[in-house]
Amino acid sequence: MEIGLAHYLAVSAILLTLGIFGIFLNRKNVIVILMSVELMLLAVNINLVAFSSFLGDMVGQVFTLFILTVAAGEAAIGLAILVVYFRNRGSIAVEDIHHMKG
Amino acid sequence: MIIATLAFYLFAIMTVASAFMVIAARNPVHSVLFLILAFFNSAALFVLLGAEFLAMILVVVYVGAVAVLFLFVVMMLDINFTELRQGFLQYLPIGALIGFILLVELLLVVGGWSLSPEALQLETTAKVAVNPEFTNTEQLGQLIYTKYAYLFQAAGMILLVAMIGAIVLTHRQRAGVKKQVIAEQVYRRPEEAMAVRKVEPGQGV
Repeated sequence: MEIGLAHYLAVSAILLTLGIFGIFLNRKNVIVILMSVELMLLAVNINLVAFSSFLGDMVGQVFTLFILTVAAGEAAIGLAILVVYFRNRGSIAVEDIHHMKG
Repeated sequence: MIIATLAFYLFAIMTVASAFMVIAARNPVHSVLFLILAFFNSAALFVLLGAEFLAMILVVVYVGAVAVLFLFVVMMLDINFTELRQGFLQYLPIGALIGFILLVELLLVVGGWSLSPEALQLETTAKVAVNPEFTNTEQLGQLIYTKYAYLFQAAGMILLVAMIGAIVLTHRQRAGVKKQVIAEQVYRRPEEAMAVRKVEPGQGV
């Protein structure tokens, strides 16, 4: 059976759903929430690369490169905030974070 | 052809299974390790799609930097993970319901959608066709250093801001640490540093 565009789109749809499901499931643990966000970005990347490959257009891969950049920056900043928060409060439970309201 | 099909199914199933283990694992260290496995398998999917450069970038950036950063933070912070697991099943039904509905909708869209043959024939202005004369890396380089040069610079700025932000956030001044302060050394004057004393013969200072 020929592997078409729909197969890759299905994989990326399942990955995106798993990312959203992970946020619901681990709603106390910020680290797993950040990992779920990474999974969702990975799903977007698979989508873009699949379209780029099947339509023969290189621009999709350029965009994937930029999404990778932004995802790396987001992970670095998110984990830095997490480390500072843990240093100040000694916990990373999500429900305590409402104390950060101004 | 059969090998490519089998490879796709192998990597796709491994990606989805390890993504499921990321959100379901009890121990966050296991979550990070499954995240690394998911990234490796999707890099293999990228290779199957013909995007070799992005596959290697995915391995280098995600596995080499992001996942190791996650691992570092998970291991460095002394967190009581069993406490964070409480209420794990409380949101399972609503999360499963929303996830299931979303997945069904997405799969319906993917299944019922197809490209019209005329659309593939259209030569749009924005399209940059894949050129089989060059390798994937050469084609990407020819694009990002010419047409997308400003976006490329902006991506560099984003990385710089992220780096400075992370350093500013996590850097802290510690009291009681002996450290070289160059400004103080430069501002030191001979009058403050030296004194001429009259010392009587046969006596110490």
